[in-house]
Amino acid sequence: MSATTLRPRRPLFGKGFKMTLGGGIVLGAVLLAIFAPLVAPYDPYQQSLSMRMKPPAWMAGGSPAHWLGTDAYGRDLLSRLIYGSRLSILVGVASMLFSCLLGSAAGLVAGYKGGRWEQVIMRFADAQMAFPDILLAILMVAALGGSAVNLIFVLGVSRWMIYARVVFNLTRSLRQRPFVEAATLYGASDRYVIWRHLLPQMVPVLTVVSTLQVAQMVLQETALSYLGLGLPAPTATWGNILAEGSSRLFVAPWIANLAGLAIIILVWGINMFGNGLREHVDPKSRLAPR
Amino acid sequence: MLAYAARRLVILPLSLFLVVMVTFVVLRLTGNPVDIFLDVTSTPEQVAALTEKLHLDEPIPVQFLIFLRDLVQGDFGQSLQFNEPALQTVLQRLGGTLQLAGTGLLLAIVLGVTLGLVCAVWRDRLADLVISSLAVAGQSMPSFWLGILLIQLFALNLGWLPTSGAGGWRHIILPAITLATILLPNIVLITRASVLEMSGEQFVIAARAKGLSRLRVLLTHVLPVSLNPLLSFLGIQIGTLMGGSIITETIFAWPGVGRLMLTSISNRDVPVVEAGVLVIAVGIALTNLAVDLLQMLIDPRIRRH
Repeated sequence: MSATTLRPRRPLFGKGFKMTLGGGIVLGAVLLAIFAPLVAPYDPYQQSLSMRMKPPAWMAGGSPAHWLGTDAYGRDLLSRLIYGSRLSILVGVASMLFSCLLGSAAGLVAGYKGGRWEQVIMRFADAQMAFPDILLAILMVAALGGSAVNLIFVLGVSRWMIYARVVFNLTRSLRQRPFVEAATLYGASDRYVIWRHLLPQMVPVLTVVSTLQVAQMVLQETALSYLGLGLPAPTATWGNILAEGSSRLFVAPWIANLAGLAIIILVWGINMFGNGLREHVDPKSRLAPR
Repeated sequence: MLAYAARRLVILPLSLFLVVMVTFVVLRLTGNPVDIFLDVTSTPEQVAALTEKLHLDEPIPVQFLIFLRDLVQGDFGQSLQFNEPALQTVLQRLGGTLQLAGTGLLLAIVLGVTLGLVCAVWRDRLADLVISSLAVAGQSMPSFWLGILLIQLFALNLGWLPTSGAGGWRHIILPAITLATILLPNIVLITRASVLEMSGEQFVIAARAKGLSRLRVLLTHVLPVSLNPLLSFLGIQIGTLMGGSIITETIFAWPGVGRLMLTSISNRDVPVVEAGVLVIAVGIALTNLAVDLLQMLIDPRIRRH
């Protein structure tokens, strides 16, 4: 198959489109999360026995008082979803930052020091890479308990090796580059070389990886909540709402489905934005997998 | 190649030891199994007896050594939930997981490679656009929600398939689809990217110049080498498949190791969790080795290094 068979065309959805659409969705979700008290029509924890499991406004029996209906305790679903975005985004971003910090530091040390450091750190990363991250997360949440801080810690630890591998490979190849060798020859300290020469070169790649990892973290957090290992019950998180709804599929399917819809829209937005960002940083990578 | 395999097998116990140790420490931090398995009416003597039986009165390093000593003899201890040897408990459910994971993986590979090929051949046309966009949407899909949607559609509304449990072939359809969708989007995108990359290689141009048809070149020259990046990816993702199995088994009440692990962790059934973690780790390590060897068989270029 030479170039004559696979004719390249100008892609219909370019990186600009992806970044605008994805970024728009993410921005919208972040604004909703920040201004939740102003936007949400009800208190997300206020129960009402007479208004239990009302369907959304467009379904038979729904009322415009609760656009997206209510859950089994008569709590307004729209308000719970809006408030739920706060924890999903917070946990997603914070655990990404934590694992980025942890993994980049490990990767830098392994790549820069080499030798025994490299052996220990990278073998550990390989071992963890092969082990199911969700199983590790389940084990650790069971040990520590499910608070927001613990969740951020556990999710961060369960995926540090992704950054470690990227940073390790980058460090190794960057060290060979003339400008780094020159700086070393001039007698620059390790700290200087790392901060002035290595890290700035890594920022574009790390930004892309981190963006896409936020999407994974949000999914992972909702999965843990679904398994009953997220934040404790009354807390409004998307995973909790979905888990509660999934036990009432017969009578109130909209609870689980609307929560699922909220998750997929946000995660898709992040992925779109991240893919656009990657094409911007590395034009060859169009639609390459993660 | 054999020397390579042997070297890998020698390192294996080391990483297994790491996995076992981390699990042990984490589990011992989670609280006392005695509190869970004896109710409030139990006498102090019962508590003392169980504590001694599980060696919980020893310091943790000593407990670990006792555990290791039994482990090398193949003894993980009795399951606290089922009162039978822990390894036996795990192995009984291994078949269920292998059946589910195998079906899901096969489905994901067959469907994913086909769709990826379609995308590559009609690059940037409508088919590619639709499939690639769906693949990105698939990456964003929480797998448990997909499972829930499938249950609603095929079990509750249409009544074609059972909602959960295991039995005939009809029971495995929905769980297998759910599990397959975890890997499917990435398989499509990897196949697409790697077929496109390989299409520009010299040997492809040479084959075309010899007068072979496009389809023939695609299927016999491009596709085999394109599978290599896919194999590397699958090797790494066996862990993800296993993790997905935990969630899928929970949604569909499928009797497998994943669900057993989840209940055992929440019940602090340490022997079963340890046995399960070790079985999973061994399985993943052996699969990875098999993938590496397979890659060497497919692509002679790797063998020379």
